[in-house]
Parts: sequence; C-alpha cells; structure tokens
Amino acid sequence: MSESFENRTEKTIQYKSLFSEGLWNNNVALGQMLALCPLLAVTTSATNGFGMGAATLVVMILANLVASVFRGFTTPEVRIPVFIVLIASIVTLVDMWLNAWMHELYKVLGLFIPLIVTNCAILGRVESFASKNSPVPSMIDGLAMGLGFIWVLVVVGAFREILGSGTLFAHASLLFGENMHWLEITVIPEYQGILLLVLPPGGFLVLGFLLALKRVIDTVWDNKTNSAQQNTQALDTNPSVEANA
Amino acid sequence: MAIVSISSPHAHDNSSVQRLMLHVCLALTPCSILGFYLFGLPSVIMFIITISSALFFESLCLKLMNRSQQRLLDGSALLTGWLLALSIPPWAPWWISVGGSFVAIVIGKQLYGGIGQNVFNPAMLARIALLISFPVQMTTWALPVDTFFEFNFLESLNIIASNTNIPDGYTGATALGHLKTELTTGADATAVLGSDFNASNALLGLSSGSFGETSALLILLGGIWLLIQRIISWHIPVSMLATAAILATLFHWYDPSQYAGALFHTLSGGMMLGAFFIATDLVTSPSSKSGQLVFGCGCGALDFIIRTWGGFPEGIGFAVLFMNALTPLIDIYFRPRIYGRKIDGTPKVYQR
Repeated sequence: MSESFENRTEKTIQYKSLFSEGLWNNNVALGQMLALCPLLAVTTSATNGFGMGAATLVVMILANLVASVFRGFTTPEVRIPVFIVLIASIVTLVDMWLNAWMHELYKVLGLFIPLIVTNCAILGRVESFASKNSPVPSMIDGLAMGLGFIWVLVVVGAFREILGSGTLFAHASLLFGENMHWLEITVIPEYQGILLLVLPPGGFLVLGFLLALKRVIDTVWDNKTNSAQQNTQALDTNPSVEANA
Repeated sequence: MAIVSISSPHAHDNSSVQRLMLHVCLALTPCSILGFYLFGLPSVIMFIITISSALFFESLCLKLMNRSQQRLLDGSALLTGWLLALSIPPWAPWWISVGGSFVAIVIGKQLYGGIGQNVFNPAMLARIALLISFPVQMTTWALPVDTFFEFNFLESLNIIASNTNIPDGYTGATALGHLKTELTTGADATAVLGSDFNASNALLGLSSGSFGETSALLILLGGIWLLIQRIISWHIPVSMLATAAILATLFHWYDPSQYAGALFHTLSGGMMLGAFFIATDLVTSPSSKSGQLVFGCGCGALDFIIRTWGGFPEGIGFAVLFMNALTPLIDIYFRPRIYGRKIDGTPKVYQR
C-alpha cells in the first residue's frame, strides 16, 4: 500500500481529529450521551470507574477491528446481528479474562461486564465508524473513544468517591497490583460522607454538573476561537469525522 | 368625549406571588415561635442560617442566570428556606442547613428553570436528600429545653457547629421513632402508646421532633388562615388526613398491638405540616379539584404505608415527592369538564 505525501499528511490530521473527537468534542458520555447506564452504575469510586472504562476500552478497540475486517462481508440487512455476535464474543473473552486474573475487581463490576455487549456506545462506533473504515483507523477510533470514556468514568467516580466516602482510588491495589498502594488516598480523614452521592442519585447529579461544565468550557472556547479568527482572518475548516456518523 | 378602551381583566384582587408567599410565611409564624420557645437559642441560629443561606443561593442563581435580583423579593426563596427550617431537627449543624438550602434552591428549584417550573417540592427534596445523606444528624432530635436561654450564645453556636457538641441528656426520640423501635423489639403498640403518647402534648407540641412539626394545633391554626385567605383549598389537606386516619383506624381495629390509631398518626410527625403546607404547594400539586383529592389520598396512604411497613419512622417527605412525580399524570386524567362538553371532551348535543 503506497500512499502519496498528501494522502499521508491527510491521514495524520485525521488521526489527530479522531482523538480530539473521542476525548472531548464527541465524547461517548458527554457528547453522544451514550453508555450512561454503566456510567451511572459503577462510578461509586474512581477505581471501579477505571476498571469498567478499561474493560470497555479493550472491547471497543477489538470490536472496531473485527467489524472493520468483516465490513466487506456484512450486508446492510444483517449487519446489526453480525456486529452484536462479534461484540458478544469479545465481551465473553474479556469477562472470562477478568474473572481469572482480576477476580476482586470482577466481583465489584460483576453484572456490568457482560452488559458491555448491549453498550450502545460500542455498537454505535462499530456502526458509524468501523463498518466504513479500514482496520487501523478503526482501532485508533476505538482507542480514542475508549480513552474518552475512561476519563469521564474516572472523573465522575473520583468526585463521588471524595464527597461520598472521603477517599480516592480506594482498593486500587486490587486493580493495579500490590505495589500501587500509594494511589489509595484518604482525602478527608474521619469523614462521615454524603451518602447520597454514593447512591444512584449521586451519579445523575455529578453527571449533570459535568455536562454543564463541558458546555460552559465549550462556549468559552468557541467565543475565544471566534474572536481569534476574526482577528487573524484565518479560514481554517476543521476536518471532522462527524460526516461519517 | 374620548372613550378609552382597556382590555380585561377589569377587576383585580391585587394577588401576587409576593403576597401569597408572605401570607404562607405569616401562617407559619405561630409554629415557628413555638419552635423558638421549645428548643431555645440554638434553634434560632439554625433558623437564621437556613433562611439566609436559601436567600444567598437564590441570589447567586439569579446572578448566574442573568435574571433581575428583584425576583429575590417575591418571597419564594424565603418560604422554601422557612419550610426547610421547619422540617429539619431544631439543633441541626450549620452545614446541614446550608447543604439543605443548596439542594432546595439550586438543584430543586433553579435548575428546573426557577419559580413555577420545579417538579418536586424544593423543601421536601432537600429534606430527603439530607435524610439519606446524613442519617445520624437528621435523626438527632433535641428535647424541649426548660428556658429559652438554657444555653448562652456561645454555647448555642457550639451546638450548631457540630451535632457531637450537644450535651448528654438533651436528645430524645420522636413519638414515631420511639414506636418504631419498640415495635421492632416485639413490644405491644397499645402498651407503648398508652404509657408514652399523650394527645394533648402532641396537640400543643411539647415533644421532640423537627423544628416546626411538633404542635398540631398551631399548624392547624396556620392552615385555617390559609383556607380563609383562599390560598389553599380544603381538598388536599382533608383527603390526606382522612385517608391516613381511615387506614390507621382500620388497621388499629384489626390488630391494636401492631398498629397505632388514627389520632396518633394524624397528630404526630410531619403529617399536619405536610397536609397543610407541603402537599398544598401550588406548583407541584394537581390543578383540578378531583385531581387534588387523588393527590391528597395518595400522600396520606403512602405516608401511612411508609410509617407502618417502611424502613423510616416518618415518610411524609417520600410520600409527597412520589405524588409530586405523579402530578403531571394526575393532571392529564383528572381534567375538569369543559362547559358545554362531556367529560371526555365531546360536545353535548341538544336533544329536541
């Protein structure tokens, strides 16, 4: 596969935009508002959030890769069942692997690992990106989207954990191994905790405030770039993967 | 002669949001004064902190939403803060008051779009959020003190700083809480109530409980004032109290050793305050009379169910919030008949 110089530069720009889309603009949770069920359910602590996010990340990369490889064979009529079967196979692998190697974390996340199959974010990426692009960009897209999902899960989890139980990354050693004990911080000692934030309503509240914060930052950023553009008269159109969606 | 045409309405009774809110505050004054008398200086500090923080959060939200600070004067934040103060323990620590005001004003009211847009009663939303978040502080009930100045100003501040600073022997259980604990140990309800429950005390309010819920008589006085001023209608309070009383009577008649009677259920806890001041909130209750009856019955029945079989001794907040959520549905199914049409909306046909 030989590419001309122009094509290669275009590819690098596209990869960059894949990351900016996945991490911020078109973030799975904050932009697309998908995968909110696991987001609300498992983010009682930052560690749980990270574990769930990592499992989703792995599934996302692999599902995008496999769906992209099979995109030549799947006809539009049967694509959804085919994608679901592919995703389900990958999730089963991740599920068994977690059960075998990270059993403590598996006990906490429990039911939510098999439910990654029905995670609309994964099917959404497979459907809107991987089924139309070659394997390598698809994997990059899965990586970017998965990383975007992880940071939201960790931020929501950290916020709920600090205010709800006064700790941060509690039980991190279960996930990262014994030598990561230093991550487990007690932020507020002797803290009785706001129980509401650990309970499901807390997930909704923190997610709502985070969404509002993203919109505030976006508005401020837009105003800034608009005024900057007016000053320099630069006409730079952003290449967007939105056209694929 | 010049004829000036003025559009309707031509007759106006000068009602406004401000006037309505101030009337409700006036109706709440008797039981608040009793609360000050019963629970002394710490309760005054709690009351001031709650109301001023409610006003502060309202002002902050109005500023952030680019709305006129004039709206602060409509009295709705004052009333929300007041109701919240009445429904939390009289010696609640300052952060309970401030946190409750934050939940009530910011989350319960302004995030929904401000006055008139909220789905849930802000004061009850805050009370429930506090009860779930801080179960210990929200169930530390002060006993009535002997004199108003039992604690001087500094001691009062100390009590409001943290609930662990309350001296021993100044806290006790509410009537509902006491009954619940005794029942779980297998005690006989008639024996517990016969020795401990005193109807005249519950009427006058000489017992422990939330700051403003103790005296059924003074709340009734305020409620009747609201009825006379036609700020509330009788439908919600009457149907709510009647449902709870009928259910209590039926179960008491079935097994007196397990279920307390109607008098106990209507006079203790937040039942009276809820029936007259919380459930009748104009924004969050149905607008038609038949809908209000259904709403009141639901509140009364749910409160009885939660008190009797639920985990909490008192369920008025949960009952009202649940029925608040059902209010849009009730409004759809219980519409008043349109003049000249049948109840299903089809026009009436004139029979010759």
